[in-house]
Amino acid sequence: MKKRVAVASAVMLSAACIIPLAGCSQKQETVVLRVANWEEYIDLGGWDEDELIDIGDGIIGVNSMVDDFTEWFNSNPEFGFDVKVEYSTFGTNEDLYNRLSLGDVYDLVCPSDYMIMKLLAEDAVEPYSDRFLDGTDNYYAAGVSPYIDGVFKENGWYKYAACYMWGTTGLVYNPEKINGIEDVSSWDILVNKDYKRQVTVKDNVRDAYFAALGIINGEKLMSGGLDRGELSRIMNDTDGQAVAKAQDVLKAIKENVYSFETDAGKSDMVTGKVIANYQWSGDAVFIMDEAEDDANSTELWYSVPAECANLWFDGWVKLKKGIDGDERRNTAAEAFVNFLSRPENAVRNMYYIGYTSAIAGKLVFDYMKCNYGAEDGQDSVDYDVSYFFGGESVLSAPTENFGFDNGEINRGRQLFAQYPPENVIDRSVVMLDFGDRLGDINRMWINVRCLDLLDISPAVVGVVGGIAALSVAGILLYVFRYRLFINYKPKKGYEKLQNK
Amino acid sequence: MKLRFNRSQLCIPYAVFLTAFVIAPLFVIVYYAFTDGQGQFTFSNFINFFTSTNTLGTLLYSFALAVVTTLVCLVIAYPTAYILARSPLKKKHVLLMLFIMPMWINFTLRITALKEILSAIEGNISAYPFLNSVIGMAYDFLPFMILPLYTSLQKLDKSLLEAASDLGADKLTVFLRVTLPLSVPGIISGMTMVLLPSMTNYVVLDMLYNSTYIMGSLIGSYFSAYDWNNGSLISLVLLVIILIVTLVTDRFSDKDSNARGAVL
Repeated sequence: MKKRVAVASAVMLSAACIIPLAGCSQKQETVVLRVANWEEYIDLGGWDEDELIDIGDGIIGVNSMVDDFTEWFNSNPEFGFDVKVEYSTFGTNEDLYNRLSLGDVYDLVCPSDYMIMKLLAEDAVEPYSDRFLDGTDNYYAAGVSPYIDGVFKENGWYKYAACYMWGTTGLVYNPEKINGIEDVSSWDILVNKDYKRQVTVKDNVRDAYFAALGIINGEKLMSGGLDRGELSRIMNDTDGQAVAKAQDVLKAIKENVYSFETDAGKSDMVTGKVIANYQWSGDAVFIMDEAEDDANSTELWYSVPAECANLWFDGWVKLKKGIDGDERRNTAAEAFVNFLSRPENAVRNMYYIGYTSAIAGKLVFDYMKCNYGAEDGQDSVDYDVSYFFGGESVLSAPTENFGFDNGEINRGRQLFAQYPPENVIDRSVVMLDFGDRLGDINRMWINVRCLDLLDISPAVVGVVGGIAALSVAGILLYVFRYRLFINYKPKKGYEKLQNK
Repeated sequence: MKLRFNRSQLCIPYAVFLTAFVIAPLFVIVYYAFTDGQGQFTFSNFINFFTSTNTLGTLLYSFALAVVTTLVCLVIAYPTAYILARSPLKKKHVLLMLFIMPMWINFTLRITALKEILSAIEGNISAYPFLNSVIGMAYDFLPFMILPLYTSLQKLDKSLLEAASDLGADKLTVFLRVTLPLSVPGIISGMTMVLLPSMTNYVVLDMLYNSTYIMGSLIGSYFSAYDWNNGSLISLVLLVIILIVTLVTDRFSDKDSNARGAVL
C-alpha cells in the first residue's frame, strides 16, 4: 500500500516537473555560443563560505561564471532566446591561432594584444555593435578604465576588442636573497653572473626577446628623455641587426639562467628553488599570495625593471567566422562580455585568477582597499591610481609594502603588481606583433635554443668521437671475428654449416 | 545466419584505423615538408635542415641523449630482467609487478617527483642538464627495456644451459656463449623501444630544466611560429631515422633466428 502511494506521488511529481519545462522549451530556441579563453582565466566557482568578499552586497562565487551567465541570460525575457555556452581553453596565443587556422570555429576568444593585431590584420574580427560601444546600460562601456580605453583607442583596437585583463611583466624576487635592490631593477639580472642559475625566464620568444632588447638598449633607455614613440620604436625593433644582437644576448641568458619555464617558475619561486623569476604581473600576485600562505611564509616582491616594462592586454574579440552574420549569436557574445564586465563579476574573476581586470569603478576600488589598504595606526603612503580609476583615486596603503627610488615607487607587493603606479606605466610599452619578421625572429630563437655544432669544443668532439669510433670498430671486429681471425675449419667428416 | 570471416576481413577495422590516423596524416606531413608557405613545391626546407649547424647540432644532441639513455637503461635493465626471469615462479609475478608498477603512475607526476629528488641530491639541478635529462628519460623508459628482455630471457630453454654446463662450460662462459646471444632479440627490441621515443620526448627536458632543444622541441617551436613546413620536414627526417633503425634491427633479429637454428 505504501509502495503504491510512493509511486503515485512520484508520477505526479514528475508530471508537475515536465509541464513547465515543456512549456519553456517550446517557446524559446537555444543558441550555442562558442567561447575560447586562457586556462584558469575565469572564476570557476566553488568558493568556501569564509571566502566571501565583504564589499557591496558581499561577493562570492558559488557557481562558475559561465553557469551564472547562462542562468542570467536564459531567465532574461528581453533576449527572446536561450543560450548555451561551449567553453574551451587554450594555453598560448599561438595554440589558439593554430586551432583557428586548422578550422576550429569560435564566436568569442580572448587573445593578447599582438594576437588581436594579427587577427585584425587578417580581417577575422567582427566589430562590436554601436549599441555595445556607447550603450549606457552596458557594463563594459560604463565600467572600463579610462586608461585602458585610451590605450585601445590609441592602437585602434577599440571597436574590435573589449579588454578583459591587463598587466605588466617584471621580476618576482626574494628580497632576503638578493645582493642589492639595483640588481632586480634591471633586466641585466638575467646575464648577471652573481645570479648564475638562480633566475628563471619565460619560455617564449616574445618575452625573452623583449628582455634581450632591454639589456641591449639599457644605456639608451636609462638616459631618460625618450618620448613614448621613441620608447616604443626601441622596444619593438625587429630589424636584422637588433635580432642578431638579441641572439648573442639570449645565448648568454641561456647559459646564465636556471631555466626557461612555461609554468614551473611559479612553484620554483614559492619553494625557493630560484630567487628571482621573470613573470607576468597576475602570476606574480599569485606567487606572492602562495608564498605567504606557504609553510615557510616567505615575503616575495615584484619589481618592474627601470629600463622598460612590457604592457600587455588580453581582450575579448568576436570572430567573423563564428558569428557569421547571426544577429542572435552576436547578441549573446556581447551579452557575455557585458556580463563579465559587471563590477561584481570583475571582482570575482580578479579574486579567482589574480590578474587585474580592465574594469574600474567604485566596487573594484573598494575591493583593492579592503585587500591592500592600510589599517589604523599603520605607516601609510598615498598610492595614486587615478590614471586607472579616473577622478581622484588615492589609496592609503602601508608604506612597508613599497620600494622607493627618489620618491618614485618602482617595486612593491600585490597592490603594486596589480595596479602599477603611473611612473611605471610611463616607461612601459606595448609589444606589437612581429608581423612578417616572425619567421626570422623565430629562427633566431631556435638558434639560441639548439646546440650549434660550431659551439662544441674540439676536445669534446675528439674524445666522444674517439670513443664512438673505437666501440664501433670493436663491435665490427667481434661480429666478423670468424671471418677475420679464426680460420674456422670443420673437422674431418663434418660439413660446414651453411647459413641460408 | 552464421557469421563467418576470413582472415583478410578481420583486418578491416585495423586497416580503416591505420588509413585514417596513420597513412593519411603521413601524406599531409610529406606534402607540408616539400612545400613552402604558399603551397609551392620546394626543397628549401630540406636544404635548410641539412645546412644549418643548429638543426644538425640538435639532431646530434638528441641522438647522443637517446644513445646514452638507451645504454643506461640496458645496463640497469639486463641484470633486473635476468634476476626476474631466474627467480622461482611464486615470486616472479610479484617481482614483475613491482617493476611494472611505476608505469601505472602518470609520467608527469613521476618526473615532478624526480625533480624534487634530484634537487635534494644535486642542489641546483639546472647545473647538470644533460645528466638530469638522461636520468629522467631512463626513469621514464626503463620498463620498456625490462619487459622485452624479461620475455626473451624467460622463454630461454633451460636445457640449453644445462647442456652447456654438462659440456664443461663455467657459469661465465654459459652466460656469454648461450644466454647473451639468445637474448639479443630482447636487447634489440628493448633498445628500439627506448631509443626512438627518447629522441623526441621533450617534456622530460622541459620539466627537468634542460633548455637545449631536442628534435621534439624543435618541431614544436616551428609549429608555434605557424611554420608547418619546416616542422613537417623534421618529422619526416625523424621518420626516416626510425625506418633505418627498424631495417637495421630487422637484420639483427633475422641473423639471430638463423643462429638459433644453428645452435639447435
